[in-house]
Amino acid sequence: MSRIKEFTLPDLGEGLTEGEILTWLVKVGDTIELNQPIVEVETAKAAVEIPAKWGGVVTRIFHEAGTTVEVGAPIISIDTDPGAGPVPSAESLAAVEVAPEEGSVEPGMIGGPAPGGRTAVLVGYGPKTATAKRRPRIGTPPAPATAAPATPPPAAAAAAPAPVTQPTPASSRPPAAAPPAPTQPTPVTPAQPAAAPAQPAARPAGPVLAKPPVRKLARDLGIDLTMIAGTGPLGSITRDDVQQAAATASAPAETTVTESIVTQQAPATAAVFDASREQRIPIKGVRKLTAENMVASAFTAPHVTEFLTVDVTRTMKSLERLKSRPEFRDVRISPLLFVAKAVLLAVRRHPMVNSTWSAATNEIVVKDYVNLGIAAATQRGLIVPNIKDAGRLTLRELADALTALVQTAKSGKTPPSDMSGGTFSITNVGVFGIDTGTPILPPGEAAILAFGAVRPTPWVHKGKIKIRQVTTLGLSFDHRIVDGELGSKFLRDVGGFLEDPEAALLSWT
Amino acid sequence: MANGESPVGADAPAGGFVQLLTPDGERIDSVTTADGVTYSVDFTDGEYRELYQDLVTVRRLDAEATALQRQGELGIWASLLGQEAAQVGSGRALRPQDMAFPTYREHGVLYTRGIDPIMPFGLFRGVDQGGWDANKYKFNGYTIVIGSQTLHATGYAMGVTMDGKTGTPDGEAVIAYFGDGATSQGEVNESFVWAGVFHAPMVFFCQNNQYAISEPLERQTRIPLYRRAAGFGFPGVRIDGNDVLASYAVTRAALDQARNGQGPTLIEAYTYRMGAHTSSDDPTRYRIASEVESWKVKDPISRLKAFLTKQQLADDTYFAEVDESARKLALDLRERVLAMPDPQPVTMFDHVYPNGSPELDQQRAQFAAYEASFEGSTH
Repeated sequence: MSRIKEFTLPDLGEGLTEGEILTWLVKVGDTIELNQPIVEVETAKAAVEIPAKWGGVVTRIFHEAGTTVEVGAPIISIDTDPGAGPVPSAESLAAVEVAPEEGSVEPGMIGGPAPGGRTAVLVGYGPKTATAKRRPRIGTPPAPATAAPATPPPAAAAAAPAPVTQPTPASSRPPAAAPPAPTQPTPVTPAQPAAAPAQPAARPAGPVLAKPPVRKLARDLGIDLTMIAGTGPLGSITRDDVQQAAATASAPAETTVTESIVTQQAPATAAVFDASREQRIPIKGVRKLTAENMVASAFTAPHVTEFLTVDVTRTMKSLERLKSRPEFRDVRISPLLFVAKAVLLAVRRHPMVNSTWSAATNEIVVKDYVNLGIAAATQRGLIVPNIKDAGRLTLRELADALTALVQTAKSGKTPPSDMSGGTFSITNVGVFGIDTGTPILPPGEAAILAFGAVRPTPWVHKGKIKIRQVTTLGLSFDHRIVDGELGSKFLRDVGGFLEDPEAALLSWT
Repeated sequence: MANGESPVGADAPAGGFVQLLTPDGERIDSVTTADGVTYSVDFTDGEYRELYQDLVTVRRLDAEATALQRQGELGIWASLLGQEAAQVGSGRALRPQDMAFPTYREHGVLYTRGIDPIMPFGLFRGVDQGGWDANKYKFNGYTIVIGSQTLHATGYAMGVTMDGKTGTPDGEAVIAYFGDGATSQGEVNESFVWAGVFHAPMVFFCQNNQYAISEPLERQTRIPLYRRAAGFGFPGVRIDGNDVLASYAVTRAALDQARNGQGPTLIEAYTYRMGAHTSSDDPTRYRIASEVESWKVKDPISRLKAFLTKQQLADDTYFAEVDESARKLALDLRERVLAMPDPQPVTMFDHVYPNGSPELDQQRAQFAAYEASFEGSTH
């Protein structure tokens, strides 16, 4: 057993298939102890620290921070007996023990036998390809797709219970890696004659025999089962049959399309429209979450958006006066503070806009507290942290909370708890110089306010055209909960506050 | 026992709780509740040290299990971090004849019953079903279904009465463990009804760790949980769940009530789950760091350590020895967990009927033949 051991990413939370490396806490050459935290990994469920499984010296780190790694892939290797002299070269190590890039090799095998003689098969869930898991049967004629492997595929060795004498990885590895690529039991190998497209004539008459999951697969792949000859028992159609049919059906079609494009484009400018001019960005993290939330919200809550253009000159003047007061001397305040205050006071007058449509319980949940979300553009993407129970804060506390929220968001340190539980949100598109927009509701919220840019604008003021500070508010609301009348009244109140904050404060509170 | 107000400890929630050791390690001689019941402990120096060793060992083993899960060696782990005192105190209060019905988090109770801590690891590693001999260990199987074990415990306790094993100072008693979330389950409320009506020799030990996974206590109840007992007609008492002495004293008294034929008691151990619900959970998504910090100062181990130091019952050498001994136990546990053999698929037929059945035997034979049809099979 080699003294260099590889640690593969385990399934950290019951059924996960991947995790993102957040931070490496060790580097190559570090001496580490058993259970010392080595890496932070974020999964769909949680961000966790993984403790070292063995003490020793780190010899290799397989993936940099920021990489999404599949469960079962090696992430770090550790020399568990660094005192025993020099380690064989990296090349020989890779050849002898790892070869993770070879697709057919089960990553779980690479660690070799674990302490106690247990075969270190893949932790968590198995490898993805069904063929790798399937053990060959004795005495059954091989199915066309898996025909020809002269030696048992590596999976057979891995799936078998641990033999009494455990072969060392060094002795077991070469046979597994030795067969050239064509003999690997890949389900779809266009080169194989057996994979020729099935003819309708080959199918015996009568109803199609196929198990429900196979039927679903065929439907997903757009394959007509009546056009396939089954190779399973009693002529039933197997998963492999469907996949093979899909592979042979799609391969020629793609070629045709590509050729036709090329023929059309080639004479004109010879411009290239291929992968060399495309950037592929993995959909993950905040982008993925944003997309999921937006889709969930846009297609469940019927959105209505209303606009109101208001003269906020008095708000801007109040803001200036506020800045000169000693209580506000050391805090940065912006018109957003007044918009937030206007929303909080208007919510008090119209609590229904601060509610949630709960389809699960068939209820509208009206909240007595306002967790005020502020959309923030960060390097990692859009996040909407919220100020908890903002309705209870004084204006000064609200100003502090807004400043803290924005700074935390910009530094990328917003904790998940700050991003959950929002009840009403504001998106300040004005900071981008935009007049207004039709925002999409954060899931679970009944309304969101877009605050546009404040511009000097000709405006009718006291019967005369004057240059006034004017902005546009856009309010999107969930029409299941909020009717046009309520939405309009609420927006009118927010606008009314901004037109004359002092009068609104005196008359409302 | 108190159904009204309990005495107020320095850091007690509204309504108070029984506390015999403050977070600073100050010993409170005895506590008398509003109902006139007095609780105290009378430990020797050695017994105090043993409790400390229990707490440290239980926490260390738990940490090792969490690490093993992160290393892919356990499918899941439910950590008891923060709840050591509630478990060790109540577990040590059990007498050999008493029967315990745990949830999946009662590793500390299991340890204090003198059971090899490796016993539940087959379940969490997925190599057995967690089916040990409950009668042999006087410790029922870890119950995953929330609250169902309270019914099993109550039925068992009613059986103890029918066997005529209650009503004497040496009688038998039964303890059922559950959490704050379980109090919202029908089973728990039904078991309260049955235990109350039939005067079962029961102690309902609720570790209120403030969260049912992510659901906070305020969504479980409008009143302190221990007061629920009054509606079912038996006493309820709240203890400082981070105080191993209070946990011991109150559980011992409640068990003695039960074994003497005085009926059930509900104990609410007011504590905090310092870690995640299980290794699949991320508590930072639903609770704030300042709340966790506020509980760190109430740590069950540090207060006992402070007490031992102040009373000069133990010194740094002793503490280092305890740590080292716990470390060795943890390493031993690790090695034995890694050495657990994977089960043969055919063993799934072994625990269906005690003596098998013709149909099952047929299924077993068919399955064995199917398994043997693969190349490389050892069957």
